[in-house]
Amino acid sequence: MNSPLRKLSIVIVVMFFALMGGATWVQFFQANSLNNDARNVRTLYRDYGHDRGPIVVDGTSVAYSVPVDDAFGFQRTYANGPLYAPVTGYYGMYSLSGIEQAANTVLNGTDDSLLLARIRALFTGAEQQGGTVELTLDPVVQQAAWDALGDNNGAIVALDPNTGAILAMVSKPTFDPNVLAGHTSAEVTAAYQALLADPSDPLFNRTIGGDLYPAGSTFKLIDVAMALESGEYTPDSQVPAPTEFLLPGTQDTYIRNPGGGPCTAEDTVTLTYALQVSCNTPFAALGVEFGADALTAQTEAFGFGRDLEIPLSVTPSTIGEDLDPAQTAMTAIGQFDTRVTPLQMAMVSAAVANDGVIMEPYLVAAERGPNLQLTYSASPREWATPMSATTAAQMTDMMVNVVENGTGHPAQISGVQVAGKTGTAETGLADDVAPDAWFTSFAPADAPEVAVAVVVEDGGQLGDEATGAQVAAPIARAVIQAVLAE
Amino acid sequence: MATVAPSRVRTGRGVEIPLLLLALTLGIGGYALVGLATGGALPAGFGGYAATLAVIAVGLHLILRWRAPYADPLILPIVMALNGIGLAMIHRIDLRLDARGLTAGFGDRQELWTIIGAACAAAVLILLRDHRTLRRYTYTAMIVGLVLLVLPMLPGLGVNINGAQVWIRVGPFSVQPAEFAKIALAVFFAGYLVTHRDVLTLAGPKILGLQLPRLRDFGPIVLAWAVSILVLVRQTDLGSSLLFFGLFVAMLYVATERWSWILIGLLMFAAGAVLAANVFGHVGARVDVWLNALDPEIYNRDPGGSGQLVRGLFGMASGGLFGTGWGEGFPDLVPYANSDFIMASLGEELGLTGVMAILMLYLILIQRGIRTSIGLRDGFGKLLASGLSFVVALQCFVVVGGVTRLIPLTGLTMPFLASGGSSLVANWIVVGLLLRMSDGARRPAGEGGGGLVSTETSLEVVPGDAEPRARDRDVTDTGQFASDDQHTEVVERP
Repeated sequence: MNSPLRKLSIVIVVMFFALMGGATWVQFFQANSLNNDARNVRTLYRDYGHDRGPIVVDGTSVAYSVPVDDAFGFQRTYANGPLYAPVTGYYGMYSLSGIEQAANTVLNGTDDSLLLARIRALFTGAEQQGGTVELTLDPVVQQAAWDALGDNNGAIVALDPNTGAILAMVSKPTFDPNVLAGHTSAEVTAAYQALLADPSDPLFNRTIGGDLYPAGSTFKLIDVAMALESGEYTPDSQVPAPTEFLLPGTQDTYIRNPGGGPCTAEDTVTLTYALQVSCNTPFAALGVEFGADALTAQTEAFGFGRDLEIPLSVTPSTIGEDLDPAQTAMTAIGQFDTRVTPLQMAMVSAAVANDGVIMEPYLVAAERGPNLQLTYSASPREWATPMSATTAAQMTDMMVNVVENGTGHPAQISGVQVAGKTGTAETGLADDVAPDAWFTSFAPADAPEVAVAVVVEDGGQLGDEATGAQVAAPIARAVIQAVLAE
Repeated sequence: MATVAPSRVRTGRGVEIPLLLLALTLGIGGYALVGLATGGALPAGFGGYAATLAVIAVGLHLILRWRAPYADPLILPIVMALNGIGLAMIHRIDLRLDARGLTAGFGDRQELWTIIGAACAAAVLILLRDHRTLRRYTYTAMIVGLVLLVLPMLPGLGVNINGAQVWIRVGPFSVQPAEFAKIALAVFFAGYLVTHRDVLTLAGPKILGLQLPRLRDFGPIVLAWAVSILVLVRQTDLGSSLLFFGLFVAMLYVATERWSWILIGLLMFAAGAVLAANVFGHVGARVDVWLNALDPEIYNRDPGGSGQLVRGLFGMASGGLFGTGWGEGFPDLVPYANSDFIMASLGEELGLTGVMAILMLYLILIQRGIRTSIGLRDGFGKLLASGLSFVVALQCFVVVGGVTRLIPLTGLTMPFLASGGSSLVANWIVVGLLLRMSDGARRPAGEGGGGLVSTETSLEVVPGDAEPRARDRDVTDTGQFASDDQHTEVVERP
């Protein structure tokens, strides 16, 4: 009976090899896909069960984990949740957003930069701790922007044009991340569904995403840059300024100036003046003259169509494609298919402020390990160069002129030269929907410290550029004052 | 083959001591780590737990020295290690169940069952001086086995737990008689087959080159097996029916040395499986779950969804290569994490490394059982040792295969690891029998205790001075002649 016994023992070995193969298949080869399965709550539990690191603004934690006595062990808490929600995002049961998502591996302590800390914890037997993420936001500026926007829906983004560090990022309506960070699945789900169904889209970070906005007259800065960069124009060049500009290829479709009146008594105006009073017809004419390709090239030089992680994903701005001359004329005044983020328009101002160079915008100033040693520190990087320093200097003067003598006068600050450009964007949704009011600016003009873009939804009154400025410019002014008071 | 008789045969008891210490370290250390990870201190009842395991190990070691000095030195340490690891995990899951406000206390019950099981193993060692005594009870064992199988179907006695009618209530306890029936049936099969192996092998019609036995020789065994299978199907306990089927085929193969039995067995099994999948809804559901576990529709199906299986897979995946560590995972997210799915729980906390180690422990244990079987010199012992070893192997295969989605999931428990008194006690009895038989297998000739009690067939073969056949010789053959198990050769007379 020994020979069948030996064969039986071989069968048993084969059986066990099959089991080992099965276990290896599940725990090694399939492990990644199983761990990333949405139904696998363990990944989340494991994160919840660890001391997730804080998100810090100017030395104060705006998102942090506190130990609680439940199955999870830690409760994510947001100080001043609604104010910082667009940046921090939320750390939810089923999903993450904002910095919570973008810097997740640092916050939960699994990032490669925290390897040493993890090895140390392995030997000391300490709990895995997350790292700290320090933001570039300035709490004073952030609060000032929040207050200035008031009850309006809209977005404000302020950044340092010299480095790209984002100082304020406000989006309204917003939400309280605390309600999405609860530990009761049913409540969290209900809250999330309610936010998702809300027609005002509180989960959007309007400064960098959501549905984006038509740029309105702020787009004229890009036209000016294109004209000056071509070498054929100077700020004092005369441009045609008819009361009505017939769209090429149409019989009776005209572009009119804000208010429908003439730009001046003359047939032509200087480029500087056209920008100062924000006439539409000269820019529509410029757009047609240069053509769609040149306009597209200039927008791309400013960063349109480019992916950007700050580390939140920024939706690329766009002017659409395959524009015919009529569409190009409308695009040149920031209508038709232009869809921009406030961040992009702040970067347009920042380019003018920083001698024609856009520094890459960023939100994370530094990362620290559990024992507070520095693991990452931001170093400013050039991101795009849409214009020469000469053009930037000329445009600075033109934008100062807009605030001192033109539509931007509500942004004036005594003793400080503010450079800016107003905008009123037809949303094109329906006639009875008021347009969006825009203001993009930087200050001080001679030594810029901040670039700000403001958009107020449904803020301006139909077709009245000055009134659009009345809404958005004072908000930008408040943000600039907050920065300069620091 | 030259045999050099060693001057002194090692009993193995000396080797057993450090191995037992290692085994205790695994079980006790695991539980200590659970406490340190979850509460920062040794868990409540830790002292009692450690003492229980230590006393069992020392006690059984001493009983072995007294009653079975030549018993295999690996079997007891491996079983102690597995039992300890299982206890630590069951306690660990209790902590989580407590925290969630669910019924717990499985760990304390399992400790009690461990004591009872070890006591049963000790009783086997003390009372059963020679395993061949069991041969006298061949038919008794058959009746006992079948009765045990039928018990849960008796009204008033049987209890249906989780859709399987495999339990009986005895006082405060629920007992799964099938666990004990497997021992009884292994004894019956061994006794019956050893008596009838020659006729089973030789007499009978040949069909398609397959040597079939005569019905009258084959009848009782098929009857016993068929009844057990039918009963199990009635009780919807597929795991056990698979177990009995495998046991039956394997023992038949070992006894007759005809691989045609394996072929017939596999064919019968395939037919039965297809039939069962089509006739019984819950079997079909299990196959569905096995094939499309991650399908959302099947995941959420209730009853008969793959939720439990997939959550077990999630647990094992989150354990990865090295596991979360004792007390750091979430094994309680899987239903029955401490019984049917304890391997998934261990996979989560000890990782693939731990699972591999545990599987190796089982494999070594089973191979020591087979080794015992080869070493034994009586056919009954050979069949019983190999049958019991194979049952443990098959049970591991069915459970771990089910949990890792290698095969459809069936409701069996992992021997020694899973929470459940019947399984634990029954497997400890198996261990007692294996220890007793390994003592017989490793005992040198001339020492007492291994006297010839009976022989296999009515035709007693008394070996002369001839060399024993090489085929039946073995590396550890102590030079004693095989007193039985010689194949009867049919010689054509000229």
